[in-house]
Amino acid sequence: MPNGVAAHADEHGHVHVHHPAHQHHFQTMQQQQEASALGMWLFLVTEIMFFGGLLVAYMLYRVWYPEAWSEGSEELSIVLGGTNTLVLIGSSLTMAFAVRAGQTGRAPKVIVGWLGITMALGLTFLVIKFFEYKEKFALGHVPGRNFHAEGPHAAQLQIFYSLYFALTGLHALHMIIGFGLLSVIAWMAWKGRFSEEWYTPLEMSGLYWHFVDIVWIFLFPLLYLVDRAHQLS
Amino acid sequence: MATITTATTALPQRDYLNHDHSVASWLLTKDHKRIAILYMVFVTLAFLIGGIFAAAIRIELTTPAGDLVSADTYNKLFTMHGVNMVFFVLIPAVPAILGNFCLPLMIGARDVAFPKLNLLSWYVFVIGFFFTTTAMIVGGVDTGWTFYVPYSSQASNSNVFLTGIGIFIAGFSSILTGLNFMVTIHRMRAPGMTWFRLPLMVWALYATALVQVLATPVIAITVLMMAVERVLGFGIFDARLGGDPVLFQHLFWFYSHPAVYIMILPPMGAISEVIACFSRKQIFGYSFVAFSSLAIAVFGFLVWAHHLFVAGISPYSAMVFSFLSFAVAIPSAVKTFNWTATMYKGAIWWKTPMMYVLGFLGLFLIGGLTGLFLASLGLDVHVHDTYFVVAHFHYIMVGGAIMGYFAGLHFWWPKITGRMYNDSLGKLSALLIFVGFNLTFFPQFVLGYLGMPRRYHAYPPEFQVLNVLSSAGASVLAVGYLLPMCYFTYSLFKGEKAGANPWGATGLEWTTQSPPLPENFAEIPIVNEGAYEYSKREMKVA
Ligand SMILES: [Cu+2]
Repeated sequence: MPNGVAAHADEHGHVHVHHPAHQHHFQTMQQQQEASALGMWLFLVTEIMFFGGLLVAYMLYRVWYPEAWSEGSEELSIVLGGTNTLVLIGSSLTMAFAVRAGQTGRAPKVIVGWLGITMALGLTFLVIKFFEYKEKFALGHVPGRNFHAEGPHAAQLQIFYSLYFALTGLHALHMIIGFGLLSVIAWMAWKGRFSEEWYTPLEMSGLYWHFVDIVWIFLFPLLYLVDRAHQLS
Repeated sequence: MATITTATTALPQRDYLNHDHSVASWLLTKDHKRIAILYMVFVTLAFLIGGIFAAAIRIELTTPAGDLVSADTYNKLFTMHGVNMVFFVLIPAVPAILGNFCLPLMIGARDVAFPKLNLLSWYVFVIGFFFTTTAMIVGGVDTGWTFYVPYSSQASNSNVFLTGIGIFIAGFSSILTGLNFMVTIHRMRAPGMTWFRLPLMVWALYATALVQVLATPVIAITVLMMAVERVLGFGIFDARLGGDPVLFQHLFWFYSHPAVYIMILPPMGAISEVIACFSRKQIFGYSFVAFSSLAIAVFGFLVWAHHLFVAGISPYSAMVFSFLSFAVAIPSAVKTFNWTATMYKGAIWWKTPMMYVLGFLGLFLIGGLTGLFLASLGLDVHVHDTYFVVAHFHYIMVGGAIMGYFAGLHFWWPKITGRMYNDSLGKLSALLIFVGFNLTFFPQFVLGYLGMPRRYHAYPPEFQVLNVLSSAGASVLAVGYLLPMCYFTYSLFKGEKAGANPWGATGLEWTTQSPPLPENFAEIPIVNEGAYEYSKREMKVA
């Protein structure tokens, strides 16, 4: 019997030969994989709508309070934000390598290796983000009762920071969930669960990881690069 | 509808209910039919709780003075009535109960695409319900189910956060169910089950799923931001900082208007099934009914600001939203005309489900037409936030959605339980609900037009007669709703055995035994004809 294929009899006494990951309510393995892929894409659509609500608020207030936006943005560190952007783009690349390794049936240690680098990069992102947050706490830029800012736009600046923390906080939460997800996938890969015929969870986590990266690709310019052109000259 | 290319099963005794009786087999089930019943338990519970709040409201309003409860308590009563009924009854009732039960059976599948996710959706729902119920027990919430800021973020000292989190959590149950159904409809159809052979219930569930998936995340983030603003002092909607409370209303209604279609589209699907079956006819204009579901879902996303006509939005945008709100009435009217045309010259069989359908048609018509009043800018200014609005949305959401749910429940009850209920009592309850409903809510149109505002526990004495009529109607309505609980429960133990197809209906769910096998079909059916080929079969009465 080929690798990863099992046979067993169901409650009617029919003997099935099928992949161990094949669930009974699907007629074929292909149907199962197509269902998973469609489900994942739909999930990502719901995520877009989820972040979308906040981005609507962002658009409105950016149009209303351009000065507060440019002031708030200037307080953010392009170096840290930029580094994190590069870190995440790199992690998307290594994630793609991990999926490719699964797709081409490479050894578990290759898949786990790429996943490990991806997770390390994700962790780097979170550590840098942590130091950024820490600085905001020190400066009193966390919205709420202890918020502190000077100048004519202090009140609107709090709206900017509310959106900053809501957007980056939700993004960081997605990163943490992704980190947990990849740990499980790495463990499954280590156990040799994936093969050329079946690597759906690996591929789906890849989609999720890329999505979270793309969210950051939007957040970085929206939050860090407001009205920065004059600094270039 | 389909010719089944297999012999009937040789194991009639085994079904999804009796193959395992343990509690664990229920709480860990991945069977869509059992999950439907799990939902039914909690939805019924929420319906009873919401009903008790409604009763308290109607008792308070029999006298003009605010004598039974204080104004604060009254605020809590209508808020908790709304929260229970909207998020824990109307949203899940038809998709999560009847949809879950019927969808895989209707398309000839063994289950939904993601059975574990389906069970997870139920747990998420129960956790959300637990949070809002806890909020009620520890003191309640008084902002109105709409949670407008700054009532919810600053002015209220009730349990807004707990309730908000409960709604946030329950929202994910709705999202996951919609996602599951969409994938199921795309990927799990039996061989030969083309899109245009799908029962109209499936089209309705698909359109609903579209709304669930696209709209619900927006309310989730909105309620979350409102809760964060309340607890941590974030300032996205805070007018003191330059934030915009009207933005909250936009985001809230971006979900909550389409949510009306989450409530009404699936019952419309059930109505299509019942009306074809009991008229013994091919549904009139199948593709019009199918596409009108999608049109309602799409147009439904473009009308939300009709709730904001007096909130200070620009008159030009109000004109556009008014126009679009009129436009969304077209596909609803298409459905109503097609249903009526289906009955025309049909051999109508007067059984309980059909009585509920007639009730639905009457109430939905009134609800829909008064919606046009509210969509017109000038009239809306006059009746905004009055009992006219209350009456209108109850005609749609209770008269339409709950009546449709009951039509579907009476139609599929023999399939779900394998037992028949008492038909005369069923007809009586349909009649009581129809009469009681009109008596409760028709006077409220008049009250609203005369200027009685909603959400007050006291009112001027000249409104008393109409309010007493309304409260009297509510008691009739209560009897009408409790009656099915009695005869359904009785039928579980003493009801006549139903047989596979007591209504002589087309549809794959009627080709399998009642109650169905755990795996639905002994062999996956092969479909070779449309959904409503009633002309091809002789009338068979159970
Ligand atoms: Cu609306």
